[in-house]
Amino acid sequence: MPTLTTSSPFLSAGPGVPGIMRQVLAALVPGAAVLVWQFGAGVLVNLALCTVAALAAEAATLRARGRPLTPFLTDGSALVSAALLGLALPPLAPWWLPVLGTVFAIVVAKQLYGGIGYNPFNPAMAGYAMLLIAFPLEMSRWPAPVGIAGQSFGLLEALRFSLTGGLPPGLDIDAVSMATALDLARTELARGRTLQEFMGAAAVFGPIGGRGTELVNGAFLAGGLWMLLRRTITWQVPAAMLAGLALPAALIWATDPQHHLGPLFHLFSGATMLGAFFIATDPVTAATTPLGRLIYGAGCGVITYAIRTWGGYPDGIAFAVLLMNMAVPTIDHFTRPRIFGRSGRRSP
Amino acid sequence: MALHRFHGGLHLDPRKEPASAALFEPAFIPSHLVLPLHQHIGASAEPVVATGQHVLKGEMVARAADYLCVPVHAPTSGVVRAIEDRPVPHASGLAAPAIVIEPDGQDQWLDRAPVYDFKGMDSSELRNRVRAAGVVGLGGAAFPSFIKLNPGPKRRVDILVLNGAECEPYISCDDVLMRHRPAEIVAGARVIMHALGAQRCCIGIEDNKPGAIEAMRAAIDDHPPMEVAPVPTLYPAGGEKQIIYTLTGREVPSNGLPADIGVVCHNVATAAAVHRAIDRGEPLISRIVTVTGGGIARPANLELLIGTPIREVIDHCGGYRAGVKRLLMGGPMMGFEIHDDASPVIKATNCLLAATQADLGPDYAAVPCIRCGRCAEVCPARLLPQQLYWHARAGSLDAAQEYGIFDCIECGCCAYACPSHIPLVQYYRHAKHDIWARERERRRADLARRRSEFRTDRLDREERERQARHAARKAQLRDKETAATDDNTAPTQAGSGDDAARG
Repeated sequence: MPTLTTSSPFLSAGPGVPGIMRQVLAALVPGAAVLVWQFGAGVLVNLALCTVAALAAEAATLRARGRPLTPFLTDGSALVSAALLGLALPPLAPWWLPVLGTVFAIVVAKQLYGGIGYNPFNPAMAGYAMLLIAFPLEMSRWPAPVGIAGQSFGLLEALRFSLTGGLPPGLDIDAVSMATALDLARTELARGRTLQEFMGAAAVFGPIGGRGTELVNGAFLAGGLWMLLRRTITWQVPAAMLAGLALPAALIWATDPQHHLGPLFHLFSGATMLGAFFIATDPVTAATTPLGRLIYGAGCGVITYAIRTWGGYPDGIAFAVLLMNMAVPTIDHFTRPRIFGRSGRRSP
Repeated sequence: MALHRFHGGLHLDPRKEPASAALFEPAFIPSHLVLPLHQHIGASAEPVVATGQHVLKGEMVARAADYLCVPVHAPTSGVVRAIEDRPVPHASGLAAPAIVIEPDGQDQWLDRAPVYDFKGMDSSELRNRVRAAGVVGLGGAAFPSFIKLNPGPKRRVDILVLNGAECEPYISCDDVLMRHRPAEIVAGARVIMHALGAQRCCIGIEDNKPGAIEAMRAAIDDHPPMEVAPVPTLYPAGGEKQIIYTLTGREVPSNGLPADIGVVCHNVATAAAVHRAIDRGEPLISRIVTVTGGGIARPANLELLIGTPIREVIDHCGGYRAGVKRLLMGGPMMGFEIHDDASPVIKATNCLLAATQADLGPDYAAVPCIRCGRCAEVCPARLLPQQLYWHARAGSLDAAQEYGIFDCIECGCCAYACPSHIPLVQYYRHAKHDIWARERERRRADLARRRSEFRTDRLDREERERQARHAARKAQLRDKETAATDDNTAPTQAGSGDDAARG
């Protein structure tokens, strides 16, 4: 094997990018498992469709660009994007929703910018946002969590529904789907009702957050903490994002507890933990300096809160992340650390 | 004492064994010695011997030709066989001029002139003797040491830091020196302190060397105040700026020197060499080298004569084992590859590492940067290696300078940590050289422009002078004509002849 480098250092830390991607996928497993348990096998169908679509789209685009398949196809980054999108999409989605979203994410948001490392926008979130804007109905069709529905789809039923839209006899779509906790809370609060009025009445609210979703968030939190221990990700983005979400929520909730969701609810509903630990921490599209990461994370959290509370969508993580992606070059520029031996940031 | 922790750094596997525990061997006389004329930062030395000349051990064979230069001495007595290009240890792999000596086996010293009381000696005299002894920094950078004994008229140095950290994996030559010859290091430190006017001395040793710490502690005393400070084992704790910061909390300014903040730092082996130069009158002709790696049969630390061919050193250690992937001079983080083992050991050689694939780990091809920021997390200079990489790669040399490329100490932490296995240090070295080349071009163009302007001015001035002389001549002739017409005489032949000649 020819020696590939002619300069020091001649040592290196380890397996590199594929290793990092493997750690992220491993950390997603607990949350994915709880998601499947609570919301049915549709999650697995989505994951499968996203994975196949991602690998196919990446292979096709790499060939069209004249690039080699290894190492780009085998570095695991397409798998991670597919997994994140597959976990974020509603389990009752028709098959073309995950496929379209994934193809958009890989081809447009990633490969057309130059492939891994060159994309300014988080590919999974770009795909999600495109689907949300183009297909709002299909994107809001979540099933009832298993604690309420009493039965959840098996794998074959989920596959059949995804590919054909057909449900088991005796069920129709309104019977199996249910508004998410955030969705219901938004419509009820918009009608001027207080939390006390509607929260006890609707089964979709659990003790901390949305029923089922709170467990999913807990599992993603566990996976995220494991990644912190393994040093796969750094603490700045998740901590700042959770703080950016919880602090405004706490302040505004304190002024009017009955008309606003509290900070704990925000932290354990929707895709908060998935967003904070897995989506916003995407290294390619996040800020790179330590202070920059705090600002970036905080921005993601605050914008998520703003969209959830005053915006037009029940969950705002995708848009928050994409908006902060746009701000990253500026954030990086103004948060450069002081170089050793220099008195100011720029002066020698 | 209170220690400070520099930013970043890496916990590397030290790999000091088995070389560091092996029996420390004294120098052997090889079949021939190759003494390159350029063994340190600065200018090449100039030979002062001729082929066929017999030289004594310690005799100067090449003199310092420039300020940033020190002489080269014969490591043993023998005959000068050649002064020609030979393979020398350099990253380029190019040959360079060297003096080749064939030992006569007598190992006969010339008359040495030790200094019995250096305290009675003037600082500049001490510096000249250190320079005349050919002492350079033995930590790897090989900077002429006499310059670092001179703080200059404007600076006051209060602390001498001795660098015994030895943070790079595999290297243990300083550890061995500290364990076996601590008194020489301490004696050298006293000389250096006197030359600098320093008040106290602090010896930094990484805490994975308890034997060295103990030996040095036993060797120091309170006059002048010296202290042994164990520092945490963290690469690159032995970097000059890093050890100074760890021990004193002072940051060496970006475009300045340690002396600017009252500190001077010398490697422990350099201090021992200064002791030999002054107290024994012996020039720098040998040093301790770690010979190690999976590709060496019997790894050990040896004292070696400068100029010993590397091939003979390896043979002395049992020869190569199978599977040597790279022969490195220095450590795996900052060393460079030697392609021809006929190259000699030079003053800067601290380690010879015959590394196998198992030593170095798998080969990786570089993939695109994923902007993870791990490089910035480990950089001891608190730079943004990622940005330096983008700018160096794009050729934005001004942006690279703004982001601090010349603050990079090329320690290799960034490239080690990079998950994409990008050869970052190679990019920075390339960019630095591009910037220097650009500077040289600018200066050359500037000089050419100034010379051209000066020439144009000179030609204009000569033209004006010629015109003035011409006009004056004409006026003179007119006056003569007027006078001649009045006198009714014809203008002389000589006058018109002069006119024609001047025209």
